[in-house]
Amino acid sequence: MSYLTDRKRATGLGSAKSGTAHFWEQRLSAVALVVLTPLFVLPLAYNLGSSFDEVRAAYAHPINAIIGVAFFLTAFLHFFQGVTVVIEDYVHGRWELVLIITMRMLSALFSLIGAFAILKIAFAG
Amino acid sequence: MADVERGNRPLSPHLQVYRLPLNATVSILHRATGVAVGLVLMILALWFLGAAWSEPVFNAIDWLVTSWLGWLVLLAGAASLWLHFFNGLRHLIWDTGAWFGQKRVRKSAVVTIALAAAMTLVTLIVAIVW
Repeated sequence: MSYLTDRKRATGLGSAKSGTAHFWEQRLSAVALVVLTPLFVLPLAYNLGSSFDEVRAAYAHPINAIIGVAFFLTAFLHFFQGVTVVIEDYVHGRWELVLIITMRMLSALFSLIGAFAILKIAFAG
Repeated sequence: MADVERGNRPLSPHLQVYRLPLNATVSILHRATGVAVGLVLMILALWFLGAAWSEPVFNAIDWLVTSWLGWLVLLAGAASLWLHFFNGLRHLIWDTGAWFGQKRVRKSAVVTIALAAAMTLVTLIVAIVW
């Protein structure tokens, strides 16, 4: 038995039934990326074009590794949050569902690829 | 019989001759660049995977990423990233309720484009000169 009244359970949730949760979570990942993006992109630009050994030495460094993993996880979370809104706006019906599921899987896969690759370089060489 | 001409009347705004205002262009670009950055990031994740895998795998992916087509994609990715970055900051400021009003919105759109161009140039210099 719930002690919440029906009114209390419905207030603030709107027609999407989840209130502003999605909006708020996307703002949070955006704020994190304001910090992470310059820290990740500028060193990456520096390392692009370097040799295999140089790249591995750069991302074996704890600071680069921590920033890299944080960036990949946050960026693909933010990508999924954003692309979901785009799909919801432009695609409807069955394809909307198919695309949202596909993008969620792809985002999870590529955040795992990026984060795992950097962790392997940092830990196992 | 008032509906006979219905199909021939012009749409408003007529999409083929209607010039999007600057703010509307930046707005739709925010979505387009967001998607583009995600796709470029997938390529970069594979580049890191190559570095974690082995030297031949890295060299193959690196050859593609640092080819002239690869650099072009990365440059477009960098430009997209910084436009999305600074327009994202603009959106976060709007979320607090600030910076609304026609003049300020237009001014911040111009500043956003200028900052994005500057940071794209900085990223390019870091990538090529160093």
